Amino acid sequence: MSLLEIKDLHVEIDGKPILKGLDLTVNAGEVHAIMGPNGSGKSTLAYVLAGKADYTPTAGEVLFDGKNIFDMQPDERAAAGLFLAFQYPLEIPGVATMTFLRTALNAQRKRRGEAELSTPEFLKKVRELAGKLGIEQEMLRRAVNVGFSGGEKKRNEILQMALLEPRLAVLDETDSGLDIDALKVVSEGVNRLKSPKNAFVVITHYQRLLDYIVPDVVHVLSKGRIVKTGGKDLALELEARGYAGYQEEVPA
Amino acid sequence: MNAEVAIIKTAAETALAQAYAQAHARLPGGKAIAAQRAAAFDVFAREGLPHRRLEEWKYTDLRALMRDAKPLAAPPDAKAKARASSAGVLVGDVEARRLVFVDGAFVPELSDTSALEAGLSVGSLADSLAGGDPALAARFGKVAPASDVAVALNTALMGDGAVIRIAVGSTIARPIHLLFAASETPAATFTRSLVVVEKGARAMLIESHEGPSGSDYQVNAAVELFVGDEAHVDHVKLIGEGADALHVSTLAAAIGARARFNTFTFIAGGAVVRNQLFLNFDGEDTVAGIRGATLIKGKQHADTTLVVNHVARGCQSREMFKSVLDGEAHGVFQGRIIVRQGAQKTDAKMMTRALLLSERAEADNKPELEIFADDVQCGHGATAGALDDNLKFYLMARGIPAAEAEALLIRAFLGEAIDGIEHAGLREALTDSVAAWLKARE
Repeated sequence: MSLLEIKDLHVEIDGKPILKGLDLTVNAGEVHAIMGPNGSGKSTLAYVLAGKADYTPTAGEVLFDGKNIFDMQPDERAAAGLFLAFQYPLEIPGVATMTFLRTALNAQRKRRGEAELSTPEFLKKVRELAGKLGIEQEMLRRAVNVGFSGGEKKRNEILQMALLEPRLAVLDETDSGLDIDALKVVSEGVNRLKSPKNAFVVITHYQRLLDYIVPDVVHVLSKGRIVKTGGKDLALELEARGYAGYQEEVPA
Repeated sequence: MNAEVAIIKTAAETALAQAYAQAHARLPGGKAIAAQRAAAFDVFAREGLPHRRLEEWKYTDLRALMRDAKPLAAPPDAKAKARASSAGVLVGDVEARRLVFVDGAFVPELSDTSALEAGLSVGSLADSLAGGDPALAARFGKVAPASDVAVALNTALMGDGAVIRIAVGSTIARPIHLLFAASETPAATFTRSLVVVEKGARAMLIESHEGPSGSDYQVNAAVELFVGDEAHVDHVKLIGEGADALHVSTLAAAIGARARFNTFTFIAGGAVVRNQLFLNFDGEDTVAGIRGATLIKGKQHADTTLVVNHVARGCQSREMFKSVLDGEAHGVFQGRIIVRQGAQKTDAKMMTRALLLSERAEADNKPELEIFADDVQCGHGATAGALDDNLKFYLMARGIPAAEAEALLIRAFLGEAIDGIEHAGLREALTDSVAAWLKARE
């Protein structure tokens, strides 16, 4: 069974069709890259997988581990092992990063019937992961993402991912706004987590990230559908030629 | 002949007038106090209960809200005292010197008046009035606004309360907790407390109000507070009345020069709550934090009305009030900052924020600045809105269930106000109260 199976997915926002028959299958152990021009539906795909309200599926289905995710609330999807690294991580004034991380981890563990981590176990784990991502302890004491730079916010997303150990991580333009050093740190964070049991869907506009997170499969998304699928060379080809060839109306 | 038009008396107004007629001869105090009571009663007799056509009471129409006036509470019996011995949940584990009032009467056997710290004196208002305490007479009614009808009724009918004095330069490390507990009998209590913190002294005063749900008792509690020059006073009021209670309370303070003053009001209980603060900055260069958090649901109504009067120059005040309103609850905040002509270099900033958890909840917010000095920094801001769905989604996308995500965001919302409380134990107790409130919501 595939980890993620998207079949003929149609999604609307405020009655406007964005995804128009998207198919995608991701198996455990794979890294998929989804590339495409602005407005092609990349972020919509990310949000609809995570369960954001107002992203209304009108046709098709999405199976995660064989289960229909549209029957699951966002928190249930997360506990089942689905993770979205946000393109624009939100600031949560008044909620300390540590509290946030701990509440999230324990909520997921609780739903899976696992015991909560003890405070020392939790602290040890977070400090270790944060250290590898170059996140200062001081940052963890601050409110979630408040006063963080763009790069710090993205690193914080990867920290959450590393802590929560999802089975499928969707990275929505995690490379945007990152300098080359931060890009390396973030990519290393992803690569450390890679295993035969989990999978990644890396959404990006640029090929650059794929130098560091090497995909098994590259898809081109245009006007709400996957219009081309290939190996990692496809990303290089897109980088060289741009998306011009994929802007045309796709026959329905 | 008096030219004023006689107002048709409501049942509550008639009952209050009867209560005064029957009780005034036996209420404590000598001739001077009796005259003050009579003058205060005249204010009530003339004005009647406050109603919505009075700007100060626009959103809390007591004339409509008070269907009746309860009889003055009888002295508490053994059962009422026994029940009150377990009161004080709102303050959690905070170690404090407790002065306990049951149905408005001081109960020495439940109170801790032993081993008083040097410089601290405590007593009951009834005793002080009966004994003709001259220090009390000199201060009494000096800061509470006589024209306010709630204060006037309090003055006319006050039966007991606390009288506390902290002598020049004394630091009283242990908080002093005035615990007001109502018994199950639906009665009316009028308490008046006088707290004098002299020059350079330091103290923390906790005032808590609680009682059983299912009883529509009525509380009118006033505190007159004098903060001396260079004194440091922290005041925390916790209103956790029973679900059917009517609670009107007043803090009136005169604050001296170069003092530090913090006050925080927490409102979670009561059917109708009116929380009044009249704060006068009479001395230069004082720094004050004036904060509050309200958490109400169902059909609860809570009104915080604040008048900050900057008289002296160079004072800084920060006003921060947050309310969380669920169900059909109605939250009111009226905040007026007055900067008198002589109060140059005043720095006053007021912020009020309401979080509406239900479409039927209502928040009314009325900030007012009256500035008569030309070299000041004053500002106010107000917001009202629902929880941020995007933040909730972000938390849920990390596996946090909806109710827990909301609770986290609500705690964070209130945190900004609660974190202003200097006492760590009390801060924790309030955080626990908020958590319990949120838990009950799930």
